[in-house]
Amino acid sequence: MDTAAAAASVQEPDTRREAIRVEDLHKSFGNLEVLKGVDLTAQQGDVVAIIGGSGSGKSTMLRCINFLETPSSGKIVIGGEEVAMRGDGSPANQKQIERIRTKLAMVFQQFNLWTHRTLLENVIEVPVHVLKVPKAEAIERARELLDRVGLAGREDTYPAYMSGGQQQRAAIARALAVDPSAMLFDEPTSALDPELVGEVLTVIRGLAAEGRTMLLVTHEMKFAREVANHVVYLYQGRIEEQGPPAEVFGNPQSERLKQFLSSVA
Amino acid sequence: MTGLFEILGLGASAELLSLEGWGGNLLRGLANSLQIAFGAFGLGLVIGLFGAYGKLYGGKVTRDLLAIYTTVIRAVPELVLILILYYVGSDIINKISEALGGGRVEINGVAAGIWVLGVVQGAYATEVLRGAIKAVPVGQIEAAKSYGMPTLMIMRRVTIPAMMSFAVPGLANLWLIATKDTALLAVVGFNELTLETRQAASSTRAYFTFFLAAGFLYLMVTLCSGAVFARVEKWARRGQPSLKGGTA
Repeated sequence: MDTAAAAASVQEPDTRREAIRVEDLHKSFGNLEVLKGVDLTAQQGDVVAIIGGSGSGKSTMLRCINFLETPSSGKIVIGGEEVAMRGDGSPANQKQIERIRTKLAMVFQQFNLWTHRTLLENVIEVPVHVLKVPKAEAIERARELLDRVGLAGREDTYPAYMSGGQQQRAAIARALAVDPSAMLFDEPTSALDPELVGEVLTVIRGLAAEGRTMLLVTHEMKFAREVANHVVYLYQGRIEEQGPPAEVFGNPQSERLKQFLSSVA
Repeated sequence: MTGLFEILGLGASAELLSLEGWGGNLLRGLANSLQIAFGAFGLGLVIGLFGAYGKLYGGKVTRDLLAIYTTVIRAVPELVLILILYYVGSDIINKISEALGGGRVEINGVAAGIWVLGVVQGAYATEVLRGAIKAVPVGQIEAAKSYGMPTLMIMRRVTIPAMMSFAVPGLANLWLIATKDTALLAVVGFNELTLETRQAASSTRAYFTFFLAAGFLYLMVTLCSGAVFARVEKWARRGQPSLKGGTA
């Protein structure tokens, strides 16, 4: 593992290390400017927690990275490859954005599992139909992943018959099934009952421990402090403060961050 | 069986309805009606799917044209539409044929019936499917997008299966309307069930017998359709808890 990584880094020293780079990202909805120039870089293996009050633009920023929202302007580079954008910010090359999206797995606040498919079908859907993995292979992998998130034996259950925590864990298995180079978590525990939050956080903690690159929009400050190696505080569409979690949480500089932290504590 | 009809005093009716006699004509009429209903319903679904997507995602011109189509078709009585579309359609085909140096063309009744009713069904199907597509939770489509699915695959793998449970009741209605609208084609002289019935009745003066028989055949079609659509709906609603509670 180490030698392979080393060999790869010799070939492409810079781009290999960088997973996601966002430059001067702007996004407006009509007259409302939600993002006012955000810069962010995540190296491979980074766990970046994005925190901020409601309406600060943190979800919008995450959704701009895989173009679920069309940025108004800026630059997005995924794994060293810049996404070609038209003047209006929409992806210029649909094929390119579809290919890049398969490397970025998103986990949504509302899970967004496909309700007409069983858990197993949800997990194999993208590998089989988008990535063209042989079905038997995809099923075998899906079973492993469902087992890993604690859902062994529930393969044939439909999402509507499961708790929110189970659905979110299945959604994480779906994300892992595409073998993503980075994962985007959009408030993965915000729609869950308090007693179900822990089981989802445990799964995410496991992913962080194995060195997955993750961008994590979250309201769980304790969790962010624990798993992230970089914390970004957004305020009204700008990065107000960022740094290692010990700095951001332990020694906040800006008044707004101090206020925010005391209000959520 | 014949004995029973004799006892009930229905011997004459049974004879009239025998398969070698007028009864066979009625069944042939029913077969024609069903053929047209199937074709028209199918054509309507195809038009409806394109219409619904056009109305939801099309450009301004597409949306305006579709709005005119659905408004006009749904505003004009079907009988009038059938007369217009049938005569206009056959007129245009003949004009084209003459311009190409050919003679008058014999219009195939089944094809004409499917075309005319299909265009009518398409307008209603457009609205049924548009509503169903809009009812699909947007998150399911976003999830598909975020995993790199191309647009057509999203339509095939996510949107259409997910909207089916919302569309099936409306489509079942449309199917039943299609089976009965075939009767309107009698006015353009197409040998479907109603026209066959009228011919049988006026030839034999046994109006009651034949129209009752025709009514019975239409009822059978409806009952069988109901059973089929109940199964289709159960399939389309897979994964959704029953509204009555408990497990589906």
